[in-house]
Amino acid sequence: MAEITLTHLLFLSTALFFIGAFGFLTRRNMITMLMSVELMLNSVNINFIAFNKYLFADRLDGVFFTLFLIAIAAAEAAVAIAIIINIYRNYQSIDIDDADSMKF
Amino acid sequence: MISGSTIALIPLLPLASFLLLGLFGRKYLSSAAGWIGTLSLLASSLISLATAYNYFFVSGKVNGAYQQITLLKHTWLAFTPGVSIDMGLLLDPVSMMMIVIVTFVSLMVHIYSLGYMKGEERFATYYAFLSLFTFSMLGLVLSINIFQIYIFWELVGVSSFLLIGYYFDRPSAVAASKKAFIVTRFADLGFLIGILILAFGAHTLDFKILIERLTTSSPELRGMIGSSFLGLSALTWGLLLVFAGGAGKSAMFPLHIWLPDAMEGPTPVSALIHAATMVVAGVYLVARLFPIFAISCPGALHVVAYVGVFSSLFAAVIACTQTDIKRVLAYSTMSQIGYMMFALGVSGYGGEHGLGFSASMFHLFTHAMFKALLFLGAGAVIHYTHSNEMQDMGGLRKYMPVTHLTFLVACLAIAGVPPFSGFFSKEEILSAAYQNNFPIYVIALFTAGLTAFYMFRLYFNIFWNKEFHSHHDSSDGHHGEAPWTMKLPLLILGVLAFGAGFVPFGNFVSSDGAALPAEFHLALAIPPVLLGLFGIALAYTMYKTENDLPNKTAALFHRLYQGAYHKFYIDEVYLFITQKIIFNLIGRPSAWVDKNIVDGAVNLSANLTEDTSGLIRGWQSGKMQQYALWFFAGVMGIVAVFICMWH
Amino acid sequence: MNLSQLVILPLFAAVLILICRNANQVKRVALAAAVGQLILTICLLFAYCNERHAGNTDQMLFQYNTMWFAPLNIHYHVGVDGISVAMILLTASVVLAGILISWKIEKLSKEFFFLLMLLSSGAYGFFISLDLFAMFFFLEIAVIPKYLLIGIWGSGKKEYSATKLALMLMGGSALVFVGLLGVYFYNGTPTFDLLELSKTHIPVGVQSFFFPFLFLGFGIFGALFPFHTWVPDGHSSAPTAASMFLAGISMKLGGYGCLRVATYLMPEGAHEYQGIIILLASIAILYGSFATMMQTDLKYINAYSSVSHCGFVLLGIGMLTQTAIIGAVMQMVSHGLMTALFFAAIGMLYERTHTRAVEQMGGILKLTPFIGTVFFIAGLCSLGLPGFSGFAAEMTVFMGSWQNADMWYRLATIAACASIVVTAVYILRALGKVMMGPIQDELHIGITDAGWNEKLAAVLLIAGIVIIGVAPLFLQHLLTPGVEAIMQNVMRSGI
Repeated sequence: MAEITLTHLLFLSTALFFIGAFGFLTRRNMITMLMSVELMLNSVNINFIAFNKYLFADRLDGVFFTLFLIAIAAAEAAVAIAIIINIYRNYQSIDIDDADSMKF
Repeated sequence: MISGSTIALIPLLPLASFLLLGLFGRKYLSSAAGWIGTLSLLASSLISLATAYNYFFVSGKVNGAYQQITLLKHTWLAFTPGVSIDMGLLLDPVSMMMIVIVTFVSLMVHIYSLGYMKGEERFATYYAFLSLFTFSMLGLVLSINIFQIYIFWELVGVSSFLLIGYYFDRPSAVAASKKAFIVTRFADLGFLIGILILAFGAHTLDFKILIERLTTSSPELRGMIGSSFLGLSALTWGLLLVFAGGAGKSAMFPLHIWLPDAMEGPTPVSALIHAATMVVAGVYLVARLFPIFAISCPGALHVVAYVGVFSSLFAAVIACTQTDIKRVLAYSTMSQIGYMMFALGVSGYGGEHGLGFSASMFHLFTHAMFKALLFLGAGAVIHYTHSNEMQDMGGLRKYMPVTHLTFLVACLAIAGVPPFSGFFSKEEILSAAYQNNFPIYVIALFTAGLTAFYMFRLYFNIFWNKEFHSHHDSSDGHHGEAPWTMKLPLLILGVLAFGAGFVPFGNFVSSDGAALPAEFHLALAIPPVLLGLFGIALAYTMYKTENDLPNKTAALFHRLYQGAYHKFYIDEVYLFITQKIIFNLIGRPSAWVDKNIVDGAVNLSANLTEDTSGLIRGWQSGKMQQYALWFFAGVMGIVAVFICMWH
Repeated sequence: MNLSQLVILPLFAAVLILICRNANQVKRVALAAAVGQLILTICLLFAYCNERHAGNTDQMLFQYNTMWFAPLNIHYHVGVDGISVAMILLTASVVLAGILISWKIEKLSKEFFFLLMLLSSGAYGFFISLDLFAMFFFLEIAVIPKYLLIGIWGSGKKEYSATKLALMLMGGSALVFVGLLGVYFYNGTPTFDLLELSKTHIPVGVQSFFFPFLFLGFGIFGALFPFHTWVPDGHSSAPTAASMFLAGISMKLGGYGCLRVATYLMPEGAHEYQGIIILLASIAILYGSFATMMQTDLKYINAYSSVSHCGFVLLGIGMLTQTAIIGAVMQMVSHGLMTALFFAAIGMLYERTHTRAVEQMGGILKLTPFIGTVFFIAGLCSLGLPGFSGFAAEMTVFMGSWQNADMWYRLATIAACASIVVTAVYILRALGKVMMGPIQDELHIGITDAGWNEKLAAVLLIAGIVIIGVAPLFLQHLLTPGVEAIMQNVMRSGI
């Protein structure tokens, strides 16, 4: 019976991270990009939990960090959505490519 | 003894009149300007006569030789301990003679202009410029320092420029004034470099010390002869370059081209500046440095002689073909100055050998009188006929008796007919040439004949030949010959042109200061007189009455006539050099290079910077995801580096 | 005498101008300040002469030294010798003339006079500083206002010219700064003090590396060939007063710096690069004058002739003989006055005829005798007529250059002498075309002659030119001790 090892979890979180990164780099919709960022954050959360569980089972640091990250992710989502709404008001679009006036 | 400060008034009075008229003349003194100028010059000429009398007869002689006296020397600019520009007054026979000539002729011209220039709009300015010129010329002849002479040399140049361009709304006058200034400036460049060479060879600028060091065997002289450049010694270079300056001012070939054109100025100005005084400055300069030329550098003196005699012949030939009476006189001036130059050139230093020097100065003196007279007479004719061209004249003897008579006297004087003044001075020059250089003597003799011919060609064409028909409506009651202000100078000068030759000139002016008793060689006097009479006779047959002899002769010497008529195309050569070479080959490319290459490099560097920035700024695209990609790539890169380093 | 007054007075006036309420007040304040500066500088001249008469042989008089920024040993150290006094007098005259000429300016007059005041303050500060850093500081103050003066009040392609001028001069300052750092760090004790530095010996290797930076940097200000191209464009686009300041004062900052900083502190370097300096200077002289011949815009004519005339300054400095250096400083003063006068005359003409093209004018002398005469005087001074300052200065440079017995340098001197002919050609061409001849444009009939302000400005500058031209000995005596101090350093380095 195969047990779920640290390697499995790390594999999962890495996959999740790169899926998020790929999404962030390729999707043009800002909401989707925000979701990709959340994915990456959550992959980190999985890492924290996994390391905490397998390497330092007697401590709770990873769990704390995870909680902390969830809070940050919530705040970030709030800020990001606020920005997106503002951008939408200015450009009538939430396509990231339309908001490129910060150049040269 | 007359004090230095009194003598200083001679040049300073005209300066004061210049400042007064220049600053206030236009507004407040326009009617009195003529009298202010004339009176200040009268005072100045009286002082100079007194000074000259005092010098020649009372105080100038020590041990039988006239001494050089330096007065009021003070430093104007100091360079090294020995080399400084000093201003002061130099009294010696030549300068005494010159101040008398300059103030006297200038006074005559001032009086004459009262009538001639009457009613001109810029009357006060005219007198201001005349005063400026007189001041500069007097300063020039009284210089104690070779740099002082250069300073006043430039000042006479600019006053000549201002006076030639007096009628500045005529393009021809503007062109002529520019030409005069630039050609003489070019010659002055030589003069300046010559001064630099001499000054730092002899370690002084002072005439007295300069001559002393460069005529005796001194280390300076040895140094200057020892160092050579392009095969000539420093001394020769220095003297030749100084002579180049003199040749420019004195209109010697090939720097003569400005003089005929300078006749665009008012005629009294031509009489003063371009006949009697300024143009002999070159002769004066060579005379001033004569001991150096004669004792230390005979080679340079030969150059002076040959340039002089060639210019003399060259100008005489051209003068035979010109039809503008002032131009004829201009070429005759050039020819006579050539006489003075080669007289210096064939002279030696001291005693008997110095005959040429005395003769040259003598001719300068008599020439000033009769040439001023000729120009003023020509001015009266022009005033009467309103034309410069010979064909508009003829038969004027009936209308202008005074002018006719005085003009005739001057013509006889310049033709060298005894006992008019020109005869004596020319005879001395020719005998000096005969003794020293036979080829020059022959050319000079031929030129003497030509001189008589062209002067009487002029005379007959103006006063005889055809009847005079006024181009202007004669009903306006033609204004008579001339006002007394114009006749008076003519008469005075007429008397002097006749009698100036009787002055025992060698007693006063000689190369070494000692008296040189005049010797009269009958055998040498006959050929020039005969040739002169022949020339007059020829002119008489050709121009006394209207006939076609002149045209036939011109056809006979077609080539020569055409060449001379076009002044041997020297002007065209100069035009070619300035227009084609200086402007097109140097000026235009310089401007082009500056605009395109030098400035182009500056703009290129600006453009390069801009282009580079254009390239780089593309990275700043504003696309968020691109930045993120680069960010990821960067992180990956750093991680990769870390991993590699780890091992 | 407190030298800092010279810096403070224009600064104070500048502040006062900013709080003025209308254009009239502004003009009066500016004029009063300029007159005050002139009076102050004349007092300075007298005080200086008195001290010297009283036997004070200090190299620099009226010194004042205080720490400015201790960690880097930067002082505010001022003092004057004859050279600085002459330059300060020049500055004050040009400032006053410039303010008089711009009396009728309408556009943004407050800002205009503010900048003029700022510029003059920088120039005074530069000439009195004895601390290299302070000097650099004031040099920069003198650059920035020019950019604005040309860019805002200029004509023609003013933006291009202003940018070009500012960039090239900034480049020059950058080079100067590198040179200063070299001097600062390689002389043993880090100091910017000019007098202390002149006593220490900077190693020869350092000199030969850093001398070009300093000389080139200041040379750009002084129109050193081939870095002179800001001159024609800058001058031609600038408003009249700015042209006068630019040619009359700013270009002198360069010459002064070349002499006071580069040559004085690094005499061996100067010897090493002497040949190149002389070559570039004689090229500038001849080439500048030939290039002038082809110009048709009066301002370009004067600007290119400035290149040629400033060549004499660099030539004199390059020759490294006492007479030549005195001549160079005389030429700076003379050229400053003369070019200012020339630009003033061109400005007066332009205001009336609305053209600067030579071929569109003619016979102006008849219409406006005063302006015509000013034009003639400026022109004749430029071509070196005795009695005007240009002659005395140029002849001193020639005499001094000839003293340098090297044959190649003498040939360079001859080449420089040859420029007097070319100068005559272009000056007479301009005079003949613009002033003389028949009247070219019917519209010009009826133009008015100079007003009181223009007359006053012209007379002021002409007086300076004539005084120097008639009695140059005074100026020479004023300059000699300062130049002797520089020559001591040059001689000590061994030729």
